[in-house]
Amino acid sequence: MGEPILFCKGGGCTAKLGAGILSRVLSKIPRGAEDPNLLVGYDSRDDAAVYRLTDDLAFVQTLDFFPPMVEDPYLFGQIAATNAMSDIYAMGGEVKTALNIVCFPERMDLNILGEIMRGGGEKVIEAGGVLAGGHSIADSDVKYGLSVTGVVDPRRIYRNDTPRVGDALILTKRLGVGILCTASRVGEASAEALAAAYDSMTTLNKYAAQCLRGYDIHACTDVTGFSFLGHLHEMLGGRYSAVVGANRVPRFDEALHHADEFLLTAAAQRNRNYVGEAVRFDGVPFAMEELLFDPQTSGGLLVAVGEAEAAPLLRELRAAGAPADVVGRITEKTDPEILVVPEI
Amino acid sequence: MIQVNAMGDACPIPVVKTKNAIRELGGAGTVVTLVDNEIAVQNLQKMARQKGYGVQAEKLGEGRYQVTMTVGPEAALPAQDEPTVCPVKPAGEKNTVVVIRSKTMGVGSEELGAALMKGFLYALSQQDQLPRTILFYNGGAAITCTDSPSLEDLKTLQAMGVEIFTCGTCLNFYGLTDQLQVGEVTNMYTIVEKMTQADHIVCP
Repeated sequence: MGEPILFCKGGGCTAKLGAGILSRVLSKIPRGAEDPNLLVGYDSRDDAAVYRLTDDLAFVQTLDFFPPMVEDPYLFGQIAATNAMSDIYAMGGEVKTALNIVCFPERMDLNILGEIMRGGGEKVIEAGGVLAGGHSIADSDVKYGLSVTGVVDPRRIYRNDTPRVGDALILTKRLGVGILCTASRVGEASAEALAAAYDSMTTLNKYAAQCLRGYDIHACTDVTGFSFLGHLHEMLGGRYSAVVGANRVPRFDEALHHADEFLLTAAAQRNRNYVGEAVRFDGVPFAMEELLFDPQTSGGLLVAVGEAEAAPLLRELRAAGAPADVVGRITEKTDPEILVVPEI
Repeated sequence: MIQVNAMGDACPIPVVKTKNAIRELGGAGTVVTLVDNEIAVQNLQKMARQKGYGVQAEKLGEGRYQVTMTVGPEAALPAQDEPTVCPVKPAGEKNTVVVIRSKTMGVGSEELGAALMKGFLYALSQQDQLPRTILFYNGGAAITCTDSPSLEDLKTLQAMGVEIFTCGTCLNFYGLTDQLQVGEVTNMYTIVEKMTQADHIVCP
């Protein structure tokens, strides 16, 4: 009787520690003297760290790893790598080198590890990067990811918390992969919906980021474990507010159905606890609320761009194959911080 | 009242188990679910509020929470889109009931028969088309109890929505009443009802 190869207990970004717990711990870490060349560090809770080397060159560093959210090791490797490199694109950078991070049980079939790393390696190549090494630990459960270094022009960094009033908010991937993976664990997700979710999770944000180059991007982040609303909350940084139109949110329709059946993750509830007080839903169905709190593994980019540039950027993103849409608008700071309405 | 033990289960399993128990109530009643973390409590409360059930949560101790849901006569139907006759199964799918009558599969060596039964239940848990119900009686009752090699497979089946019933008279006869590890205790009326309403019955 074969053991399930990668029995997933709810991996991917659903396995993240809650943002609430995390900020308490992070606030107590000793930082040492301030370095003016550290352009983006802990303080902004951005996607990756950026360190300036010269006036026109900075390196971007990030790492991400997690337990499997799918049973196929090759697919898991692809998703984990796509997700890890996403932070570089969210900062406006290019991927240069990557190192494997591996936790793997000693007794498990090494071919499985081979498949995971093959999937990850292929994605690094697709990103235009070089796989330069790695580190492995014997552990009770499988975990995999990458430490990634990229480069960026320090004058052209996309910060995650610098939108401007009146900006259009564009989201480049569909929401709902967390709910679909959860429904799949209890045998409820359809094969078609899962295939579409896998396709989304293995699509590099590189292609969306290339579209952004020609525009004046005010703020950018990638939507991952803290959900659309969690990452939008960070983008608003306590200085702005936003209105979101549920009708414009790219989504996997089947995820709404599973949300109505309460196939929900613990992480989504943690997101609701963390950011829920900042959000008011005005006549939005329960399932859509859940979708907006759903932790995304390898989610899309969330971009704040001047209103005049929104339409041409959206056209370009769609031409590049992204299911993007304008999902809302940045406003002056009001209460509630985020208002979700049925239609905009 | 139905008790659901969801200690050690990750979301959404506590919700899935509770939904199954509410469906099993078939009407007004109470379902009490035990969970080991507060987030699971919140996800259960969220479901209760959406469905209009009464709900009360209580912390019993460190890592032990009890959520009591009261289903009223109107809220009794599990969901508008889930007809009681054929829950979440595509149209045309058969109501299959698997009946486990002894610890072993087939006639011959006891040792081989026990291994075959374990293999059967594992393979059953891997099928695309799952049975709606599995009934355990006489010697079969031991398979849902402590020390059974199939508990994990049965829990998987249960998490995927398969009802698991063990004959109470049989548990009592073999002195296993307090050792049931998966599914619910049932009586002869339910066993007869499940078997007569089945489209087909599988007896390994």
